[in-house]
Parts: sequence; C-alpha cells; structure tokens
Amino acid sequence: MQEGAADPGLYPFRPYRNRPKIEWPNGKTVAVWVSPNLEFYELDPPANPHRKSWTKPHPDVVGYGHRDYANRAGHWRMADAMTKYGFPGSVSLSVALCNHIPEVVEDANARGWEFFSHGIYNTRYSYGMDEAQERAIIEDSIRTVRDATGQTIKGWLAPALTHTPRTLDLLAEYGFDYTCDLYHDDQPGDVNVASGRLISMPYSLEVNDHYGFFVYNMSPREYADTLIRQYERLAAEGSASGTVMCIPLHSYLIGQPHRIGPFEEVLRHIAADGRAWITRSGDIADHYMRSFVKEVAA
Amino acid sequence: MSLDPAYLQYARRRYGMDHDLYPWSNLFERAAPDLCGRRVGVVIVVNVEWFPITPADKPFRAPGHMQTTYPDYRHYTSREYGTRVGLYRFLDAFAARGIRASFAVNAAIAERYPALVADIVAGGHEVVAHSTDMNGTIATGVPEDEERALIAASLDTLEKIVGKRPRGWMSIARSQSWNTPRLLAEAGLGYMCDWVNDDLPVRFATAAGSIVNVPVNHELSDRQIITVQQQSADSYVQQMQDATMVFEREAARFGARMLALNVTPYIMGLPYRIAAFERLLDWLVARDEVGFLTTGEVADATSD
Repeated sequence: MQEGAADPGLYPFRPYRNRPKIEWPNGKTVAVWVSPNLEFYELDPPANPHRKSWTKPHPDVVGYGHRDYANRAGHWRMADAMTKYGFPGSVSLSVALCNHIPEVVEDANARGWEFFSHGIYNTRYSYGMDEAQERAIIEDSIRTVRDATGQTIKGWLAPALTHTPRTLDLLAEYGFDYTCDLYHDDQPGDVNVASGRLISMPYSLEVNDHYGFFVYNMSPREYADTLIRQYERLAAEGSASGTVMCIPLHSYLIGQPHRIGPFEEVLRHIAADGRAWITRSGDIADHYMRSFVKEVAA
Repeated sequence: MSLDPAYLQYARRRYGMDHDLYPWSNLFERAAPDLCGRRVGVVIVVNVEWFPITPADKPFRAPGHMQTTYPDYRHYTSREYGTRVGLYRFLDAFAARGIRASFAVNAAIAERYPALVADIVAGGHEVVAHSTDMNGTIATGVPEDEERALIAASLDTLEKIVGKRPRGWMSIARSQSWNTPRLLAEAGLGYMCDWVNDDLPVRFATAAGSIVNVPVNHELSDRQIITVQQQSADSYVQQMQDATMVFEREAARFGARMLALNVTPYIMGLPYRIAAFERLLDWLVARDEVGFLTTGEVADATSD
C-alpha cells in the first residue's frame, strides 16, 4: 500500500460492469466457501499499546469462557452440520490452537478442510510490529500449520483484523496467494503488491456470524434468512460473471444450541440449489489465478 | 515502530489450556452426567436483585443498574417491579407446573424482604448466593480481604434468613477476579455459575480445593436476547425450543444435555411477556425427554 497516502492504493479500481467474465467449474454461478474461525484466545494476554484485547480486567470470565465454548462444544456441532451437507471448511486459524488443542485442528484436517493463518492468537495483534516481528508471525504460521497438518498455507486473515502497511507485500513475498482482509468486492481481484502476486478473496464482515449476532443483533432465524438472501442474489448475478459468497463463522456463536438448527437449513438450501460451487478458498484462488493474468494498476 | 519483544513470546503456548483452572475436554467424547434420568435437564435460574439507588462503580456498575442522574426513580422502581410483581408471576408459573427452579438471590433481598425468600423456599426452590446487592460486583482489583468478606456476608445473611447455607454462587454479571474460584471453594461452596464455556458442568481446581462450575449460558438469557439484542419474547421462546430440540437429538447419541434458562423478573416477568414464557414452560413440561432440576442437583451429578 501507499503508506500515509489518502488513497492507500490497495488495488486497481474496477467497476462491476464490463469485467472479464469469471466462469466457475461446471457452469456454477457462485463459489460458496465456509470459513470457520478456529481460534484460541488467551486468558491473560500481554497488552498491545494500540488495542486492548479484553474490555474488562483479566480474567474476563464471560468473554474467555464464551470463546472457550468453541473448542469444547461448538466446533463439533458446526462441523457436523457442514459435513452433513457437503461443505468443506476454509479455516481462519489461530495457529497456536495447533499447540493448545490439536484435537480440533486434527478434526478439521480429517474433514478435508483447508487452513490459512489468522495469526498466532486472536489476542495478539499486528499493530505496532516492526518488519522483523511481522515476518516472525508469518514464518511461525507457515511452520506451525505445516508441522500440525502437512498443509502449506496460502492465505491470510490478519489476527483480529489488525494490519500494518507492509502486511500485503510480505504475504506476496512469502508466496501466499490470497488475503481475506479487503472487503471491496464480491469477486476476487488482484491486490497491488511490491513483488509477486496476491489476490483478494472475498470474505465477509456483513454476513459474518459475529456481525449478524453482535453488531446487527439478529435472531438465529433472521441470520439464516440473511444468508439465504445473500446467496440468492449472488447466485443470480453470477450467471453474468461468477461471484463469491463467503460464510465466516465462529463456533462459539453459530455452534450454540439455539442457532445451529436454523443455520443447517441454510446449508441444506444452498446444497440443494444447484448453482453453487461449494468449495474452499484456496481452490477459488487457484481457479482465478489460472484464469486471469495479473492485473496491473492503471 | 516496534513492539516490546515480550509481545512475541508465548510462555503458555503448550498443550491444553493457558491456565490451570480446568483441563480441555470435548463435550462429545466425555461421559455425560445423569440429569434426573432425562435426556435434557432444564435448569431455570431466576435472578433476584436489589439495586441501591446509589450505584457504586467499583469495580464496575452492574448491568441493569441506575442510568439517569440521581435520583433515578425510573430504574430503581422498574427493578423493584420485578421483585414485587414479576417474581410472583414466576413463582405461580412454576407452582402450577410442579417445577423446581433455582433463585440467585442478593443477600439484601433476603434482609429486606424475608417474606419473599420464604415464598421461594416454600415453593421447594433452591437459593443460590448472588452477592450482597447489585453494588457487590467483583473483578480483579478488589482486594482479596474485601472479596472474601463480601462472599462471607452474602452467605451468612442468606443462611440466617433462608435457614440453610447456600451451596452455590453466582457473581453479578458472572464477573470474577483471579481469586474468586479459590475464595468460593475456601468458603465451602460446592459450585459456581459464572463460566459459560460448556453445556455441562465442569470441575475446576483451586488452591483451596475443587469447585464445580454449572454453566448458565448467558447467550440464552432473557437479558441477552431481549434486553441486549432487542428480540421479542416470542422469538426467545422459539430459540429455546430450537435449543431444546438440538439437545434432545444430541442426548440420544452422546448423553444428557443441560438447558439453562436464565430469566429476570423485571425482564421476562412483565405482563406482556410472561405468557410467552408460560407457553415455553408448557411446551417443555409436555416433552417426554425433558425434566427439570436445580443447579445444586446438577452439581451433585458431576463426577469428581
């Protein structure tokens, strides 16, 4: 990015009209990927000078306990619903989960899920890191996930969405294919980086379960209805040029007993519809990068 | 710009939890307790709270506390409405259906309104200690002696008026300090209701011995669904029914599940909401695989 500039220069501007047509495999119109955030939050993390972790004095019993619910109960409820309807996960992973609770990571790996990095812990932020420190968390992520799963991570979602001006350049330099940190489009596209190639993978804040339940305060059925509307629109528009729909999840939210039932209905709806390429973020990136050469800023 | 190198050191990055309070465990792999022989044990926890019109902000102001400039008649009296009127709607609803519930009671309620506590006890319900009054909040920063004295004051007052020492504790806003689990165990309490990390009770280790946590899911509370998320009582009922059906299905394969209904007299006890809650109770009572038990009975069913 252009550090300090009013326009950070993240990507070429491309209006939604007259783009080269994206054709997903087998004539599907919308690539649907589900992104479980498999996270570990620390009970007593050190303070980052730029952002507080817990809003309360440590221990934040409710905040921590709520997140810990994911790794004791919510994960399996969410994962079984996904498996039942044929949705693989593309995991936004706090890589320290590989150390703390390898059982959850092994379960996801055994289900054929892809992993990308969401930092070391969701309580350690990138704000304020120098280049060596940021390289250290990228290299730690690559090594930790490879050791735990045999997979080489191809994507990044910054820990707790905390970035530095050099994050995207470093990801490209380390050979990553995609970032989930930019929210400017419903289709993949190239990101401006100093070297190599990096694309933006449409993730979502708006239909993220965290936004649904804790920003928009939706009931479980309202959230399910929101996902179906999002899907129907993107599947329809994708007949002109393929779109991407991401469903970002946190099992401490979607894996709660009052929410999982309505969510299963969403998965059933999408799986039965026929227009969805139900896939993983890395497969979407591979397909896009093979189909289009790197786009250069005008 | 750079961060203190310590920020990239992870002293507790190891197998298991980053603390020693309880070990990691998968809900779907561990043996479930016997919850009155039913697939789903419903635990109703009613919060009975007295808010002084002079709120204290140390260590923090309790949810539901005074909001306007002093004197806040609006919130003082609305909370009292719950205690005077709403609470009796709950007691009548439970009596009509033969349900025994758990009441998390401020000691000040017992001191000020002993007749009300007598009515709770007469209904066969369990009294859970819920601090002194709604100024009795706990968080790290409260001196250990003060916290110990607050716990003792709550238990002593409740014992005197209830006639029995409470066996369980619920902190205001479920907020604890680093010392709380140990101080509760030290005070002889068998269980607490503050941690929301599981659908079944979990045994915690402290330097003063072990204590069970009976999870009272804040996500399923009327405060969260109705007051915070601004959903209707009908939506609340539907969500509890959805949760019950998920638990019934899971229990058939994995063992009993506990459904915690945390309700508040000044929220769910209002005339325009109580009928929805009664409808939920009727629906639950009619289900073969659902039973009701108290927090203490859940704690008793927890293995060592």
